[in-house]
Amino acid sequence: MALRVFGTFALGKLGLQAQVMQAAGVTAAYAYSTVVQGYKYAKSHEWAKVHGDTATVGISDHAQSQLGDVVFVELPDVGKVVKQGETFGVVESVKAASDVYSPVSGEVVEVNQALVDKPGTVNTSPFEEGWIIKVKLSNKGELAALLDADAYAAECEKH
Amino acid sequence: MSRPVLNMLRISRLPIYTQLHLEEALLRGTKDNWLIINDGAFNPAIVVGISGRPPELIQCNEALQYGIQVIRRFTGGGTVVVDHDTVFCTLIMQGSLLPHVECFPQPIMAWTERLYRPAFAAAGCPDFALRENDYVIASGQKVGGNAQAITGRRWLHHTSFLWDFDADRMGLLRQPGKAPKYRQGRSHFDFVTRLRDVLPSSGSRQRLVDAIVDAAANVADIDVQERTLADAAAALRQPQLLLGTKLLDLREFLRSGEGLLR
Repeated sequence: MALRVFGTFALGKLGLQAQVMQAAGVTAAYAYSTVVQGYKYAKSHEWAKVHGDTATVGISDHAQSQLGDVVFVELPDVGKVVKQGETFGVVESVKAASDVYSPVSGEVVEVNQALVDKPGTVNTSPFEEGWIIKVKLSNKGELAALLDADAYAAECEKH
Repeated sequence: MSRPVLNMLRISRLPIYTQLHLEEALLRGTKDNWLIINDGAFNPAIVVGISGRPPELIQCNEALQYGIQVIRRFTGGGTVVVDHDTVFCTLIMQGSLLPHVECFPQPIMAWTERLYRPAFAAAGCPDFALRENDYVIASGQKVGGNAQAITGRRWLHHTSFLWDFDADRMGLLRQPGKAPKYRQGRSHFDFVTRLRDVLPSSGSRQRLVDAIVDAAANVADIDVQERTLADAAAALRQPQLLLGTKLLDLREFLRSGEGLLR
């Protein structure tokens, strides 16, 4: 029941985003949340989009819909070294402080300062404007351990 | 095959600052399941959530004059004033113990309602419920604050039940900028209620604590085992454990001009 409620909430919030995503030709859908092709996903619901030696990182639509309204994002410092599978920050929503885990290893080269004033962007645009950090990759081989969009969608449907 | 263990710690008058350190160490440094009940804090304190900004939440000048301790905790949520009449209940769970409860805020809170509702009923309050993420009784009055920390497949949920509270200390809090719909603009004193006024008198506080322990034993297929404070405190000796709970000095906010907010 709870998942269905949040699915409806997510669809409502994502109406505009779905149009953007379809225009980019990258949308896959499962159950009630959006999964974007071309991104890599961790089972802990973070995504990585690779551009050359850098990856942009955020949390998935499934995660933002389950977390509820995001009211605060604790960002790491630029220059911090992150490791795949280890926590790099915190997202606060609905009285919960939830750790977020880096899907890649490397050095943080940029953080999304816009989230300081508008943390809700993580809800409204989890795959675009709601990105959290950018990482200069130290081991591109680790990307093989992540899931593609279809595998991640299947993982989420287990719950 | 043995059942999973829920370690139970029943204490009273542990300082809330110490309790929060202990909780976070148990959450981050172990994979054990815990139910911690601290019946009353040693000293009064204002506790803000991980992102709380004291000038927006606290009457800073008045709180400084009062001399009350101010703490930032590692969980989300709002601001509470605690003292010896606050009953603290904390659950620390490995997600695998409750595979049907997804490690996200709403499923966790819904599960806690399943634990606390029968406990309150057994203690004499049959209309305890979860409403918009708060614990309330039928009149729509809040009876405690709750918050969570979620780390991977492990989570902590803690609650401060208001057995009683001091009106002067409660008056040190500002009306929060964001409030649940059911609050309907009510003042703090109309919005929250004392459990001592709700539950039948004489012995109800102890009955409530006992009922929570009983409910925890029945809510899952687990083996409840009593532990001591020394058992739990072993988690604090974990090396390189970074804890988020901190004491706050309100003078820093006044010096920066933030505390002049009216």
